[in-house]
Amino acid sequence: MRQLLRAVIFGILGYLIGAALTWLIRGGSMGDEVCVVFGYILGLIGWLFGIGMGDTWVREWFGLPARKYEVTGWKRYLGFSTDHKVIGVQYLATFIVVLLLGGVAAMIIRFELAQAGEGILNADRYNQVMSMHGILMVAVAVAAILGSFGNYLVPIMIGADDMAFPRLNAVTFWLIPPVAIGLLAAPTLGSFDAGWTAYPPLSVVNNGGQILFVLAVTTFGLSSILGGLNVITTIVTMRAPGMTWGRLPIFVWGAFSASLISLLTTQFFAASLILIAMDRVAGTVFFNGGAGGDPLLYQHLFWFYSHPAVYVMVLPGFGAVLETITHMSRKPLFAYKAVVVSFLSIAGLSVIVWAHHMFTSGMAEYLHGPFMFASEMISVPTGMVFLSAVATLWRGKLWMKTPLFFAMIWIFQFLMGGVTGIFLADVVTDVSLHDSYFVVAHFHYTIMGGMLFAFLTGIFFWFPKITGRMINDRLGIIFALWLTIAFQLTFLPQFWLGTNGMNRRIADYPEQLEGANLMSSISAFILGSSFILFVYILLSGAIRGPKAGGNPWNASTLEWQVSSPPPEHNFSGQPTVVGHPYGYGTAGSRHAEFADVTVAAAPPEQPGTDQGGDHE
Amino acid sequence: MAMTTTPEADHSRAAATYRPAANRLGLWLFLASETFLFAAFISSRFVVSGTDQPEHLNQGLALLLTLLLLLSSISAFRAEAAMAHDNRKLFHREMLTTIVLGLLFLVGVGVEFNEAVADFPVGTIYGSSFFMLIGLHAFHVLTGILALGVVWNLGRKGHYSSQDHWPVEGVVKYWHFVDLMWVAIYPTLYLFGGS
Ligand code: HEM
Ligand SMILES: [Cu+2]
Repeated sequence: MRQLLRAVIFGILGYLIGAALTWLIRGGSMGDEVCVVFGYILGLIGWLFGIGMGDTWVREWFGLPARKYEVTGWKRYLGFSTDHKVIGVQYLATFIVVLLLGGVAAMIIRFELAQAGEGILNADRYNQVMSMHGILMVAVAVAAILGSFGNYLVPIMIGADDMAFPRLNAVTFWLIPPVAIGLLAAPTLGSFDAGWTAYPPLSVVNNGGQILFVLAVTTFGLSSILGGLNVITTIVTMRAPGMTWGRLPIFVWGAFSASLISLLTTQFFAASLILIAMDRVAGTVFFNGGAGGDPLLYQHLFWFYSHPAVYVMVLPGFGAVLETITHMSRKPLFAYKAVVVSFLSIAGLSVIVWAHHMFTSGMAEYLHGPFMFASEMISVPTGMVFLSAVATLWRGKLWMKTPLFFAMIWIFQFLMGGVTGIFLADVVTDVSLHDSYFVVAHFHYTIMGGMLFAFLTGIFFWFPKITGRMINDRLGIIFALWLTIAFQLTFLPQFWLGTNGMNRRIADYPEQLEGANLMSSISAFILGSSFILFVYILLSGAIRGPKAGGNPWNASTLEWQVSSPPPEHNFSGQPTVVGHPYGYGTAGSRHAEFADVTVAAAPPEQPGTDQGGDHE
Repeated sequence: MAMTTTPEADHSRAAATYRPAANRLGLWLFLASETFLFAAFISSRFVVSGTDQPEHLNQGLALLLTLLLLLSSISAFRAEAAMAHDNRKLFHREMLTTIVLGLLFLVGVGVEFNEAVADFPVGTIYGSSFFMLIGLHAFHVLTGILALGVVWNLGRKGHYSSQDHWPVEGVVKYWHFVDLMWVAIYPTLYLFGGS
């Protein structure tokens, strides 16, 4: 708590000093964008220093001993903790809050669009709310699974006691609050209204809020890069004895391949935003067509990151869903090796398809064919993931609890998203679908369907591990069905709207589209209200749900072999991995042994009995 | 559960075995990531201004700058080798040499900027790429000098030995990397194309 207060004070001081110094040196006014830039940078440094980077890390650079914080209980979650489990929970809580904030913005958008004509928002306000919604949700999609479950589970799943760089991990998390503050503070400088994609020339000439967008999102990128670096290093260097690459749980592979993408390609996003900042404050002309610059350069740089970013969103999601499916259908994951190859080839292919977002941008014609072909190639490994999910479920002993509900719904949702993606990747159809509500529906099926449903799958699957308690399963299933049905009713009409000429990012539309829009809006409110139930399920489960015990799902991977929540440093003795993680149905199969007591880390074999229904 | 902020986890059973590997891999991954950042800016230069070059480029100064950085990489290498042999005196000298060469480089960049503003200001398309690329690189040189300073200072206080000098190794690798990026930027701005 003390550190948090100090961080806020240092952050504000840093901002004021940075802005004031810049103002003193160059004159003008303290609200100028240059002053904001330097203020933000110093403020960010002050914040990190105050929250604990100074005490635990920077001191060592000057030969002083690092200080330790002896904090216990819930206060750990409000400070600079290097424990990967604390950081995982910090991410989880933060991003659920950001998700709900983004959801509020979505409700406002749908309220405006419920009827044709100008409602509560004028066109400018509409663009601002829409941009805020977009960037908040993209941030959730990129970081929520990797940040929370990546941190919480990866070290345990590979038999390690923490991440490879615990202090860096803490810094990675504490970079997030300034991002949120920066974005939410944008209205003080006139908001940003260029969408989450922030295309120039608009993003170079619009209100000052855009500079906060640029600074905040660049900070977010830095956090993604450092997080990715940490996850990869952890997986490569800290696996327990016997944990070969072929024995890694599939979620670890998902986190690994997503981290690979975010480690490398996020730099292009940073570059594109830095160039925007330079054009705004330093007088460069990169995107100024009149002075010889090229706005298309931005789109190339931006999509070189932002297409792969969609796989940063879904690859950990694939992992969480497949993990849930294999444990809860009591069958080994179908085609494990092929899935691993698919993950890696998705990561590889994802960097050569970016220009499918630019078919109508006026880029060179000869690029259309290759980018169309490459984009459609991605369906092959993605199809492999579907095959694995479905074939694992096939004739499994399905244990129909909330997480498996979500995982099975996920299959449908992501299928819808993927299939509609093919129409968008096809140049001929995309020319008329681009920038329409068809695209909006597509990416809500892929991101909300593919990432958020996977996130929810993970939340419900690992909830007992993290809190030590069970949720009310009946409510969980009601939530799953409520959300899913409302989702279809919200987004299916948007495909129709798109093919019938409704543009995206627009506050008004022709009256004949009113019916479908109204339907979408009403369903969106129903969808949004389901999250009240969601929050209730989580809180009531965490506070007074029945005790879960170490292994409520009777699952084989390492995180289930320790208490819930796991003890500090995860294991009391060094686990040794002796077999495949998903040995369901194979007599005598074992995943791991522990140094002290030998625990058979495999599910009990019960031939002939129904393993599905009676585990409680 | 008390929260420990022990530096990179001594409580780990296996810390001793994975720590060196983790440090090294972490640094290499960071450098790989940074390479993408430089690649983004370098390719931007070619996208917006092809291989066009302005009339007045101070080729002599650029060559001198290149030379300074290459020399500093040699001294950095020697500093690391010196620490690996517990030769502290040489370590001090070579670290200082590296830092001084780095500072000279920055001064040179200042001079170059000063000239360039007149010939091709920021508001021209070549100027944009020029100031952006060299500015980005100079920023990396600056962080490199700061890191070298920190390590030099700790080395002076006797923090490292031939057995245990990862920070020296790390900062020197970073310095080589910054040098390498210059080797890509120099031809991008000064050598390709031309008038
Ligand atoms: C088989 C897989 C997929 C294909 C072929 C595909 C194809 C496309 C194409 C061509 C567009 C551009 C449409 C346009 O603006 O005209 C697009 C947009 C988009 N896709 Fe996909 N997609 C696929 C999967 C995904 C996934 C998995 C995600 C996210 C998890 C995703 C997220 C998005 C987003 C966010 C946009 C809109 C970007 C914007 O303009 O704001 N897509 N997709
Ligand atoms: Cu894409």
